[in-house]
Amino acid sequence: MPVIDIERVSHTYGEGTSRRTVLRDVTVTLTEQRIGIIGANGSGKSTFVRLLNGLVVPTQGAVTVDGLDTRRHAREVRRRVGFCFTDPDAQIVMPTVAEDVAFGLRRRGLGKAEAAARVRETLEAYGLADHADHPAHLLSGGQKQLLALSSVLVTDPEVLVLDEPTTLLDLRNAAAVQRVVRGLPHQVVLVTHHLDLLDGFDRVLVFDEARLVHDGPPHAAVEHYRKLMS
Amino acid sequence: MSPLGLYRPGDSLPHRLPAGFKLLLMVAAGATSVFLDHPWQGASAVLAVLGGYLLAGFGLGTVWRQVRPLVWVLGPIAVFHVVLGGWEQAAVVLGLVLSLVLLAALVTLTTRTTDMVDAVVRALGPLRVVGVNPERVGLLLALGIRSVPVVVGLAQEVRDAQRARGLTASPRAFAVPLVVRSLRHADALGDALVARGVDD
Repeated sequence: MPVIDIERVSHTYGEGTSRRTVLRDVTVTLTEQRIGIIGANGSGKSTFVRLLNGLVVPTQGAVTVDGLDTRRHAREVRRRVGFCFTDPDAQIVMPTVAEDVAFGLRRRGLGKAEAAARVRETLEAYGLADHADHPAHLLSGGQKQLLALSSVLVTDPEVLVLDEPTTLLDLRNAAAVQRVVRGLPHQVVLVTHHLDLLDGFDRVLVFDEARLVHDGPPHAAVEHYRKLMS
Repeated sequence: MSPLGLYRPGDSLPHRLPAGFKLLLMVAAGATSVFLDHPWQGASAVLAVLGGYLLAGFGLGTVWRQVRPLVWVLGPIAVFHVVLGGWEQAAVVLGLVLSLVLLAALVTLTTRTTDMVDAVVRALGPLRVVGVNPERVGLLLALGIRSVPVVVGLAQEVRDAQRARGLTASPRAFAVPLVVRSLRHADALGDALVARGVDD
């Protein structure tokens, strides 16, 4: 598994009176295959995962993925770390399903034929083959999230970061996304409010008020989180 | 079925024509449309485009779905031109607008966005020497097409929320949240593009 090092990271948004620290002095090394991130809204967990592929560069400290600093090697890091957002509508770039999956491949210089073969393979793997030429905006919420996942996975990242991928989904669609995530051979970092998604995870981090307050196996982490929230 | 002019797969002649040719045809139609000055010319232009829809295997329902969003605009335009220049001028202008909008919709209905983007990128290739990034322009085109249903969806959600709160007659209560949500969407899309390597 890739090694993700977060070394004395703090992050602040805004300036002057609107200055807000969203992460304080976080140090952690992630090497497990399944890592969960939980915490209340505004606790810093989304900022934390955005650090992992360089979407956010920390105001203090450093983040490295297999030794590559996200500050200096953003492109290489992003190739290794795929990112899936909460709202699939905000990450589907192309009008049709197949075109969106092909988008990342074309940008990496793959030829039309090779890209088309990879797209076909990926859509079949995630149950979207019948929708290849459909407008993406007409898919159901669950299908859109699967499309967003497919569009990331087709580029073959080593790490997949998922920021609350089931928050906008009903139980059936959330279960479909969960099945896909469970079957992935990748290193997965999952932010979620659905605590049952963490069953079988190797490690769970709990964030509260911009700090990493607990780090351990899922059961103990969820217990800690419940106590914090009560 | 999409109410908007987004690609619908097929094997008809309009589907098979190269994207670059169709885009050129659209540009040529736009450029020559300023020379229309008789109602029969406007009508012929509309009929010619309708012929294209028939060739592509699309029925009147599809044609109507492309025109329907324009009805609110076409009505005032028609009245304006009837009052200022008479029915003949109104007929020419309506024929011109209708034929161009229908033609643009026919091109998007029969052309994959990636093919259009490729054609635009190829066409703009020579402009690299003056600093134009053709891939960026192509991406802009793709995002523009993709954003139409997104903004329509946002507008519907805002209108529903407005109705639920009994604010149906307030244009401000519609426009402000729509603009705010559109900007928020643009921001999130920007993050997604960076995450997918567009900024690299």
